[in-house]
Amino acid sequence: MTAFLVEARGVSLARHGTAILSSVDFHVAPGEIVTIVGPNGAGKTTLVRVLMGVMAPDSGSVVRRPGLTVGYLPQKLHVDPVLPLTVRRLVTLTRAAGRAEVEAALAEVGATALADKAVSGLSGGEMQRALLARALLRRPDLLVLDEPTQGVDQTGQAEFYELLRTIRDRRGCGIVLISHDLHVVMAATDRVVCLQHHVCCAGAPRQVAGNPEYRRLFGAAAAELAIYSHRHDHDHDLHGNPLPCGHDHGPGHHDHHPHHHHHPSAAPAAGEGQP
Amino acid sequence: MMVMEDFILRALLAGLGVAVVAGPLGCFVVWRRMAYFGDTMAHASLTGIALGLLLGVVPVAGIIAVGVVLVAFLTILGQRGRHASDTLLGIFSHGALSVGVILLATMESVRVDLMAYLFGDILAVMPADLAWIWGGGLLALAVLVWLWRPLLATTVSPEVARAEGVPVTLVQAAFMLLIALVVAVAMKIIGVLLITAMLIIPAATARRFAASPEGMAAIAAGLGSVAVVLGLVASAEWDTPAGPSVVAAAAALFIVSPLAAVLLGRGRG
Repeated sequence: MTAFLVEARGVSLARHGTAILSSVDFHVAPGEIVTIVGPNGAGKTTLVRVLMGVMAPDSGSVVRRPGLTVGYLPQKLHVDPVLPLTVRRLVTLTRAAGRAEVEAALAEVGATALADKAVSGLSGGEMQRALLARALLRRPDLLVLDEPTQGVDQTGQAEFYELLRTIRDRRGCGIVLISHDLHVVMAATDRVVCLQHHVCCAGAPRQVAGNPEYRRLFGAAAAELAIYSHRHDHDHDLHGNPLPCGHDHGPGHHDHHPHHHHHPSAAPAAGEGQP
Repeated sequence: MMVMEDFILRALLAGLGVAVVAGPLGCFVVWRRMAYFGDTMAHASLTGIALGLLLGVVPVAGIIAVGVVLVAFLTILGQRGRHASDTLLGIFSHGALSVGVILLATMESVRVDLMAYLFGDILAVMPADLAWIWGGGLLALAVLVWLWRPLLATTVSPEVARAEGVPVTLVQAAFMLLIALVVAVAMKIIGVLLITAMLIIPAATARRFAASPEGMAAIAAGLGSVAVVLGLVASAEWDTPAGPSVVAAAAALFIVSPLAAVLLGRGRG
């Protein structure tokens, strides 16, 4: 019955009387890259924890495909230098693997040269690749990345997301990304879910960037994002990627929930991406 | 020179039994910054001993029971998050140490040597104690080996471990109970005030020579064993208190280790 790797329906969760998630619907299919965007404190990390089963929602349901293997990249990983840990050892943290398999995982993310380096001395970009190799070594059905490019420069970010897309194409795994910056993930994302405790809007990246609700949340930056979005869509066309621009109104489109659109701001254009 | 008398031999075997398990376990204590927890567990064990004597069961059972209470106390109160964990540890540590001393002092039927409990009495080890030490120590080592991967994953990142299906709370509780077991096993040898030293000093010294977590555990076990031998030899030679001599030897190894590292050509790895 579930074609999805994970599906959440009507998930709500409150802590200390404050709603963190309210009736959130979310799903990710095999081979799909879904990006969750939203301001700080919007409940992005909480949603991902609920999806992985680390936290239980107060109400609503989360269905994971039986036997689902998750590979997780945390926001950051601090390894104390008192723990002697090389990258080679880090990648087998939660799953044992032979030397050849470790080398293959490191090669896949371009981190072969890091194998014998101490984890505590890695730069942001190196750490990111080491953590990705670690997650891949689990042969995950679902990769979950929580703002994986913190402390990485723009070029590094673009390369990383390109790498993610390559991995998705090769392995066919589903990927859930958290980001506060839609612009950098745009090229690699099939679907964007904009979260502010509830799902504000969802759809193809360009749609969401043009959505008034999204612009209201992200303020001045949103206009800039729309421009970038245009450029990225253009790139996509050149590469011939099957980005479902402008007609992503399938079951994944979460525009229809009751409590939003009370924004008085000038939003004459979009009509929330509805046809 | 020194004659290898029976009691010295037993002391050596007992000390080595403790060192071999305290080293690897102590690495996790160091990595997880849980030195104060080790101390608390050791102090609380005094109450455990007193309860054991009062109820007429073996002291080890009393220590384990108090350990279970401490772990439950920390796991439940720690999740509420109102007090920092070192505050909770301080309350438990000194509360339990005081209660233990009071209980032992009021026990008229049993003549108790408080100093032996506080600083250990390794030279009074009996063959039955050896069985306890090696039995308990090997059990603790076996459990540690079994727990190794999930415990290391939890140590590096509880967040990642949890996301990837490691039962983090359970693993942490099991680890704390392992420390309780080692404290129970080591108490007679080294005393409640000095047990933490055998956990953290060899582990801290081993860091300089280790290139992997597993290597550090093995080296810590070795360094702990060397400290036991050196301490006991010094104790027999100069008639110094045995437990403190072992700990002083461990501390001396820590202090000379930078020099040894240079001589071995190993920098800070």
